[in-house]
Amino acid sequence: MEITTRSFWTMIHGMGFGALYLMACSGALVELYRRYCPRNAAPPTARDEVFLRVYLTAMALIAWLTVLTGAYIIYPWYRAVPPPGTANLAAFPQRLLLSSPFTSGWHSMGMEWKEHVAWIVPICTTMAAAVVLQYGRNLKSHLQLRNLVLSFVWMALFAAVVAGFFGAMINKNAPVEGGTTIRIMQGGRR
Amino acid sequence: MSASTAPNGRDFPNGGGAASVLAAGIGSFLVALFALLADKIASIKNLMAFYKPTGPLSGVTTCAIVAWLVTWAILYVRWRNRSVALARVGTTALILLIAGVLLTFPPIADWF
Repeated sequence: MEITTRSFWTMIHGMGFGALYLMACSGALVELYRRYCPRNAAPPTARDEVFLRVYLTAMALIAWLTVLTGAYIIYPWYRAVPPPGTANLAAFPQRLLLSSPFTSGWHSMGMEWKEHVAWIVPICTTMAAAVVLQYGRNLKSHLQLRNLVLSFVWMALFAAVVAGFFGAMINKNAPVEGGTTIRIMQGGRR
Repeated sequence: MSASTAPNGRDFPNGGGAASVLAAGIGSFLVALFALLADKIASIKNLMAFYKPTGPLSGVTTCAIVAWLVTWAILYVRWRNRSVALARVGTTALILLIAGVLLTFPPIADWF
């Protein structure tokens, strides 16, 4: 069982941070709605408050780690330019996608959208975390503010879904491969 | 803000929260605006390549994030102790956020 370092980082970025963010985001939407719902007679407890503060701060951190690993570790491998005359483009995902009219859209539409829209996710999530850190239980009395935070988190979820979907599809059509090989375990003979 | 300062939520000014929301809207819009400018103007594209392996994306996002944080700090200092017209601020922030998301969509960005 082996994996290349580039595949490993792609996995950390997408299946690690990215997927974790997507799962956490749906939880945040439910918690923000439920705990600060004006129809909910019981006020949020101090424990609820601490939980949501820690949860949203962790989510913001994950969102930043996702975009930073994507832009500064994986993207340079994705957009690497092959030397002139290179016939095998397997190590140059962007060029590989652009080499065929059947796959070029994954770059010109998918990657072009993903690489920018993804940055909206940590901005919105950091804002949500900051508002909850600042207001805590008082957010229940600020319905408009709570609705705005919810709207921004919904939009962050949409942007994260776009980035995650195109990331997965691009990696399926032109995987980021190469680097040193990490041997995870030796398979037995059959 | 400690967990024990809950009781008078209505008296807690909304300015700090409004500043965070509006700054996030502005930051989201700036990501799209800088990306659009770097895509359409060659000189800006070259200028935005702060980190060569990542290309113009490094400058586009760094500039947007710095502008977002500066805007946030300015708005927060000005609004933290007062209540503002949140409906107007929130609508503006949401319009900027939606415009930001739409402008990052290549078929829409290509109209410009």
